[in-house]
Order: sequence, then structure tokens, then C-alpha cells
Amino acid sequence: MTELTMSITLHTTSPEQTRLLGRSLGTLLQAGDIVCLQGDLGSGKTCMTQGIGSGMGVAGVINSPTFVFVNEHAPVTSGPYLYHIDLYRICDLAEALTLGLEDYMYGDGVTVIEWADRAGEMMPPHCLWVRLTYRDYTERRLTIEAVGDRYVALVEALLLDPAVASAQIEVSA
Amino acid sequence: MTHILAIETSCDETSAAVVRDGRDVVSSVVASQIELHREYGGVFPEMASRQHVIAITPVIRESLRRAEMALADIDAVAVVHGPGLAGSLLVGLNAAKALAYGAGLPLVGVNHIEAHIYANWIRSDPDGEVAPVAPAFPLVCLIVSGGHTELVHVTGHHEYRWLGGTVDDAAGEAFDKVARLLGLGYPGGPLIERAAAKGNPQAYDLPSSLRVAPYDFSFSGLKTAVLRQVQEVQRSQGTDVTNRGVRLADASIAPGQVDMPVADLAASFQYAAVEILAEKTVAAAAEYGATQIVLAGGVAANKALRVRLAELAPVPVRFPPIRYCTDNAAMVGIAAHYRFVAGLRSGLDLDVQPALLLVAER
Repeated sequence: MTELTMSITLHTTSPEQTRLLGRSLGTLLQAGDIVCLQGDLGSGKTCMTQGIGSGMGVAGVINSPTFVFVNEHAPVTSGPYLYHIDLYRICDLAEALTLGLEDYMYGDGVTVIEWADRAGEMMPPHCLWVRLTYRDYTERRLTIEAVGDRYVALVEALLLDPAVASAQIEVSA
Repeated sequence: MTHILAIETSCDETSAAVVRDGRDVVSSVVASQIELHREYGGVFPEMASRQHVIAITPVIRESLRRAEMALADIDAVAVVHGPGLAGSLLVGLNAAKALAYGAGLPLVGVNHIEAHIYANWIRSDPDGEVAPVAPAFPLVCLIVSGGHTELVHVTGHHEYRWLGGTVDDAAGEAFDKVARLLGLGYPGGPLIERAAAKGNPQAYDLPSSLRVAPYDFSFSGLKTAVLRQVQEVQRSQGTDVTNRGVRLADASIAPGQVDMPVADLAASFQYAAVEILAEKTVAAAAEYGATQIVLAGGVAANKALRVRLAELAPVPVRFPPIRYCTDNAAMVGIAAHYRFVAGLRSGLDLDVQPALLLVAER
């Protein structure tokens, strides 16, 4: 059986635009969704997550969870929790497994995982990967890769968003 | 006389202390796990909680032995119940509950951030006098550590108004990440400071902050600016190694591999970080009519920050001795005293709160 996959590449020219893309994504996310973020220091992972939180409508300042590993954000009115995880300090799968992340990932909220590639093996086969790379000081290239029906549908819905359409440079199925 | 036995295990230190009358540290024991964590370039939570389990009983026993006291001489047991790593907090909290229950003593739960602020109330410790006069209200407190960067207006005991905080990285986190980028190691604060002493703070003009609210902070852009400088130097020398793994064994800059202006980069980064912290703190003190500025948290150990604040501030600036800037149980006992004398107690159902805020309303 072949897995349904889809990949789009976007281009942003400022942190504000990265945040707006995150916001568009955030409005579409549902309980149980998992978003894996990969990218170097300063590539915009936390910035993207701030947008996702804003789109979801969750409470609290979304800042770096590097020190505490997990920040939980409750919905302001209704909707799922945002679990904001950061694996920056994790070196490998064995270490990541001791954090009890499964409770979040397979729980009732939306899970966004920065530095997800640090423990790539524990990420579920179906999820959304967002890979952020530098183009220039403020420019970023975002490759969004969907694996599985749910996430392909999510990316298709995302493409209908004007903010995404204007930043889009490539689609491949 | 009131004696409080205090316990702190919120992050990487297992610590216990006995404090008298909210001002005097009778004993303070800190079993640092920093040697273990150095290898990982950060705190490794599971290891942290395991080490806390091993260390907690000997550390508590040692704090009582050094104080030449028994549980019968203690009036209350204090413990940090948040914010921090859940597994680590649990070790200290359960030990404190067991002691309180077993000895029939009241339990006082303390917020870790509040404890940092109260490190400034220490009058004396076993080494002698620390600060004879207690801080005066109203004051503005800058709490800066690996996990926190917060400006708080304090009008009295337990009366806090939150003025602002970081919108991305904590100040100490920025020091740690930049230290890693520069191949300096962990913990970043003292290593950046040491490297910066030999560098030129004006060598690089690094953007100090994003546009944020007057008392909010942003250190992510500053960190990225350092990364760009590192990459440019590497590119010019044909060795871009910034994307390597995280272990310190393959830190970004291997010694001797590239001719990196580490001292100048460290000095320029520290200058930018210190300027923004000092400027905003002084502005807040002026706006809120603070009679004092108080520093707290691990980054309060940074001498450049202390010096710059003293230069800019129109009111006295105070900070705890370095041994009480980093995590310790003495500050917990001090903070607990003012809760205890105000009649504030915690039940034995007290739970860990990893995301506990100092001020709920923001």
C-alpha cells in the first residue's frame, strides 16, 4: 500500500510572514495533530509555533520551551490544548523516550515539536513535517511535508489560504 | 526565633538549607549535578530526577548536621513546587511532605521565582555578613536565568505586578546557546563572560531586540545574529560546521579548526544582551517609582550586567552573592519565612506545578 504524501515549499521574507503562515496552519489543526519542526538555531521554529498558537487561539506567551522541555497552552475559549515541545537538549532517541512525550503526542491536544529530528524515530508515521532553512538574514524556505490522509487533506486546505498561496513556490504530490 | 528547613530540586541542584527568621542562613547545602550535565550541554531531566533521588536524603541530613539542629528544632518545612521539571520537583516535594507529615510540621510551598527574589533578603550566612539591611519596597526586580527573564514590580511581601518577560528565549538560554555556537561549552553564562573579558564589545553591531512591548524581551534575534557572524567567518574560511550534532564533543567550533573571533563575538553578544536588560530595568524602575532595583536568578551573577545596571540606575541596585544567584534552598527558606509569618500554609495535597507563574494575571 502506498502512503499518501504531499509536499509544498513556501518562501517567507520576515518573521512576521513566518508567523502568519503558522497562524494559517493553526486555524486548521485539530486535536491529535502532530507537527514536527526541523531547522537550525534561529530558523524560525518558535516563531512558527507562535503563529500556530495564535491561529488555534490558546492562552499564554508562546516562548522557547528549551529549558522546561514542554509548555502547555490552554485554549482561550474552546478547542484543543497546544503542547509545545522542544528537543534541543536531547541527543538521541533513548533520551527522548525518558521524557514521556507519548502522553502529549497521543493525548487530546495539538503537539508541536521543535527539533523533532533529534528523535525522528519516535515521530509517528503520519504527521506533518515543517523543515525551515535559511535563505538570507530574514528569508526562510519552509518545506511542509504531509504523510497520511489527514495531513495531506490539511495541506490541501492550507493551500486555499491566501497567505499561503502568496508564499507558495512549489507543490509536489 | 523561627527556623525553616527548605528543600529545592526544581532543576539541576539538589539543595537543602536551614534559615532563621527569614534573614539568616544557618546552613546551605547544594549538591550540584553540573558535572553530570556538562556532558549534555544542558539539563537532562531523567538523569536530574534520578540524581535528586540519590542525593535528597544525604543533602537534607547534611543541612541539619551543619546547622547543629534536629527536626525537633524546626518550625516549618518549605519546598519549591514549581515552576520546573515535573520529575525533579516531585523528588523535593515528596521528601518535604514526608518530613512535614512525619514530624508534624507545617508545610510551606514556594514559587521558585519568588525564592530567587528573596535571595536578596539574606542578612548573613555561615561565611559571615551578607547584607545588613533588607530590601525596601516598592522595588523592581529583574529575574534572569536559564528558563526565565521577567520584570516584576514588587510593592510588598507577596504583592507582585508582572511588567514583562521574554517573548522567545530566556536570557540565560541565549547565553547557553551562543556559548554552544562559539564552542565554549556549558554552562554558557560564566564561559561567555570569561571569553568576553578578552574581546571588544564594539567589534560587532548585533541587533539587540525585536520590536516588543516596553518591558518585554526578545533574545532570539540576537542569537541568530551571532549565528550569522559565525557562519560568515566559517564560510570565508571554507568550513561551515554549524549544523553538526548537539553533543559538546562536536560543538560548533572545534578548537583550532577555524580562526574564529570568539572573544569579540562573546563580548559583542554580552554587550547587546546586557544593554537591553539594563535599559528596560532602569526604565521600569523610573516609571514605577521603585526605591531599589533588585537582581535575581543565575544571570544576576554576570558582572557586566551588575556594573551596567549600577551605572544607569538612579536608585540603588542590589544583588545576592553569586552563591545565592544560582539555584539553592537558602533562598527558598527565606521566601517561605514571609509566607509562614503571614499565616500561609500548604496542605499535604500540594502538587507540583511545572508551569507555575509568579503572577497569574498578566
